[in-house]
Amino acid sequence: MADKMTLILFSGEMDKALACFTLATTAAAMGFEVTIFFTFWGLNVLKKGGISTGKKNFLQKMFWFLNKGTKEKLPLTKFNFAGAGPEMMKMLMKQKKMASLPDMMASAREMKVKYIACTTSCGVMGVDRTDLIDEVDEMAGAATYLAEAKGANVNLFI
Amino acid sequence: MDNIKADKDLDCLGLYCPVPIMKTAQLIKTMNSGEVLEITADDIGILKDMPAWAKTTGNEFLGSNTEGDVHKVYVRKK
Repeated sequence: MADKMTLILFSGEMDKALACFTLATTAAAMGFEVTIFFTFWGLNVLKKGGISTGKKNFLQKMFWFLNKGTKEKLPLTKFNFAGAGPEMMKMLMKQKKMASLPDMMASAREMKVKYIACTTSCGVMGVDRTDLIDEVDEMAGAATYLAEAKGANVNLFI
Repeated sequence: MDNIKADKDLDCLGLYCPVPIMKTAQLIKTMNSGEVLEITADDIGILKDMPAWAKTTGNEFLGSNTEGDVHKVYVRKK
């Protein structure tokens, strides 16, 4: 049986998402079956952005407005400088011909990395399936994740 | 390592982890069993990463050749 890796992406920062996808794509290239479970701030990586089509109450609307972020636009854990930090980081990465987060995510999908979006986080934040990118394979919860993790050799929380 | 004859070359100069490993994994799929792939890279991590990748995927790591900052590594497809 193939090796298997699962990752929980809880964080919504670009640097942490890069770490997640560096490991996911490398593992997939090593023949691992890879699943990423996106929860809480990590859901931002899967968001389409823009205007939400889902139903939201007042607080959820506020949350959607405040909690901006898509894979193209995420903050940094350190040196964010109100968004200037990530732009500088992207420039540096481009200069050094490093793969950007959207590039890595495209590679991950080519290598059949599976995406699960946490329904509880979606429910709290008022995020609908339609607010997320089409690549999401499953909308599920902790039990689904644990069933996947139980059979995996490597499980990481980022 | 001078006598290894590669069937295919992969230029990874200027690329960082994990891109050379991903490119290697993709290219080796198109090759036949027993053929040798030569990967040229300048990220020194390749010297450790490529044997680890080969071991995990069952391919054979044949060795490496370093000249200055440029590393050539050789993998035989299983």
